[in-house]
Amino acid sequence: MYRYDEFDQTLVNERVTQFRRQVARRLDGEMSEDQFKPLRLMNGLYLQLHAYMLRINVPYGCLSATQLRRLAHIARRYDKGFGHFTTRQNLQFNWISLIDTPDIMAELAEVEMNTMQSSGNCVRNITADHYAGRAKDEIEDPRVWCELLRQYSILNPEFSYLPRKFKLALTGAPNDRAAVAVHDIGLRMHHDERGQPGFEVIVGGGQGRTPVIGKTIRPWIEPQHVISYVEAILRVYNLYGRRDNIFKARIKILVNALGIEQFRELVDTEWEQIRNTDLRIPNAERDRINAYFALPEYATAEDIATEFSALRAAEPAFDAWLRSNVIEHKVAGYAIVNISLKAPGRIPGDLSADKMDRVADLADQFSFGELRVSHRQNLTFVDVRQADLHTLWQQLESLELATPNIGLASDIIACPGLDYCALANARSIPIAQDIGLHFADSEKLQQVGNLTINISGCMNACGHHHVGNIGILGVDKRGKEFFQLTLGGSSDENASLGDRLGRGLPQAEVPAAIELIVDTYLAARRDGETFLQTYRRIGINPFRDAVYGADNNKSRQVA
Amino acid sequence: MRLIKDRRITTNPFHRISADDPIPADGALLVPLIVWQDHWERLVTRPDPIGVLLTSHEHPEVIGDDVDQLDLIALEFPTFRDGRAYSYARLIRERYGFAGELRAVGDVLLEQLHYMERVGFNSFEIDSEDPMIDFETAAKDFSVWYQASGDDRSAAASLRQAIKRDD
Repeated sequence: MYRYDEFDQTLVNERVTQFRRQVARRLDGEMSEDQFKPLRLMNGLYLQLHAYMLRINVPYGCLSATQLRRLAHIARRYDKGFGHFTTRQNLQFNWISLIDTPDIMAELAEVEMNTMQSSGNCVRNITADHYAGRAKDEIEDPRVWCELLRQYSILNPEFSYLPRKFKLALTGAPNDRAAVAVHDIGLRMHHDERGQPGFEVIVGGGQGRTPVIGKTIRPWIEPQHVISYVEAILRVYNLYGRRDNIFKARIKILVNALGIEQFRELVDTEWEQIRNTDLRIPNAERDRINAYFALPEYATAEDIATEFSALRAAEPAFDAWLRSNVIEHKVAGYAIVNISLKAPGRIPGDLSADKMDRVADLADQFSFGELRVSHRQNLTFVDVRQADLHTLWQQLESLELATPNIGLASDIIACPGLDYCALANARSIPIAQDIGLHFADSEKLQQVGNLTINISGCMNACGHHHVGNIGILGVDKRGKEFFQLTLGGSSDENASLGDRLGRGLPQAEVPAAIELIVDTYLAARRDGETFLQTYRRIGINPFRDAVYGADNNKSRQVA
Repeated sequence: MRLIKDRRITTNPFHRISADDPIPADGALLVPLIVWQDHWERLVTRPDPIGVLLTSHEHPEVIGDDVDQLDLIALEFPTFRDGRAYSYARLIRERYGFAGELRAVGDVLLEQLHYMERVGFNSFEIDSEDPMIDFETAAKDFSVWYQASGDDRSAAASLRQAIKRDD
């Protein structure tokens, strides 16, 4: 993975010094909370319901064992002994004291981590396919471009006060595991007609209260022009994005208002002026960074999957885990292993400090000391020898980290919700726990197959409910929490937004409603169909009838 | 308000008028865009320096052809959150080639000065009791930049390549 050189390290150290001064001025009363707020936000520090929350960047989801151990230490020393992995592949601590934050940032800087721009109206942590560099379906590892864009966006003098936050995601594979279509800019690698790899540029996607699937502004661009093209988009957005209404300030609103053709014309006109400036990425710099992403020194190994057959037969739990959590690697003899942070009844994405340490040890032992964070709030070891799979499984099992549910119904995305978040209308975590327990039976899980359930505690949609096959949105109705269900959302290469099922349900009725939806699918599905495929074939009405009964009037009432 | 120009405290020679004010016969003058557009022939024949103030809604392309006639362009930050003027500043310097004084006015926060300098501002109206100390503190925060942004500072990528060539 990428390592800081003297420039990266100096910049991060200087940022810590700057923030230490700013915190001191705030604590001395020289600065008001109003003046301090934008400064702390640009450093990932939020004021939540009960305490400060600190969001730490995990650039495009890549984390070393050393960094994870440091996060465990911070969790113990400065928080309540756990952390929460987020849908931006970041980690949040929820119980932080303001006075400690400069020390925490200094501790992070020592392991080449930072919190810069994990909040604020600027370019946020860049996310990517968590299998980047290892996936069999991938054209090229996108991380060199992620890193170049990361550097380009950090403390960018022109684009640090955008109309609103700005999120980029990249994938080098045709199968989109990075939800690029619901980002302000999504970059998806394709070959052009000559067979050259380049990026399709998708713009104006997003979730929140106005969910939009992004539009292709450019079907293919040479990778060396990626930064200049992103700059052209950012400049047009900075100049013309709305600043009069925070709810209409994201780039998706501008793209929709102008129409993609006119927006493209503005961007392309701007791009013509800058495409051949020093924004063009020199090959030497690309190669320097790309070298950090070279494959590790694999042992010579061959695929041994067949040798597992006896073990699989003897241990159905291992078999289930292999089927759902282990993915084919592009190198023979190796495997990609997903570590589920979704054990039944647990809080999605949470991990205790002790388990962080154990996972770091396992990463050292089994995966070259590195791991990934996925946007679905799980962890991944991308370089596990197939011969080690059984041992690793046993270790993970003993840590409650081997739940065989990746991509299945209990692999739930959930935002922190009203248990922590000042914006939330409803608690996401108890719903996620209820549903997780409901699908605790691994046989049922396997039977249902691929199904994403995403839960947000408010319309800001941090839990990606719009693109869940089943989306759950918490709303406040006269002081009571209700949950609205949407069906048919997807964040993959055929992204779609979910359709509203009907009136909101009280928390107690949600698991039963999910059960009815799943049963409707199981009854209607044809051979090999996923939930999403069945839904797209039969539409919402059978599901609506199942949940609300024949009396469909109820479903038409707006919650 | 105190004025810092080229990293020094300085007095502000420009008299700022609004759209309804009469144009004085002499003295350095800072006028709104509408006054510049309506009276530029008269303004350029005055012997003293002339500047135009653009609000955050006024794209500088409207004066893109006039920059050689101007001594000062002032860009207004109605609130520190409104970042349009950062892009305006780069366009004014890099695309329209303005070499005179580029001034940040309005809600100009200490913590933003390093960004403003990098996009091309060289003067700042700051509300501060001790502007030089504040300015120097803020200007010294960072010694490394990832972006080439039109000022004379080298971005990290080019410094890296320079080191490589020396090896």
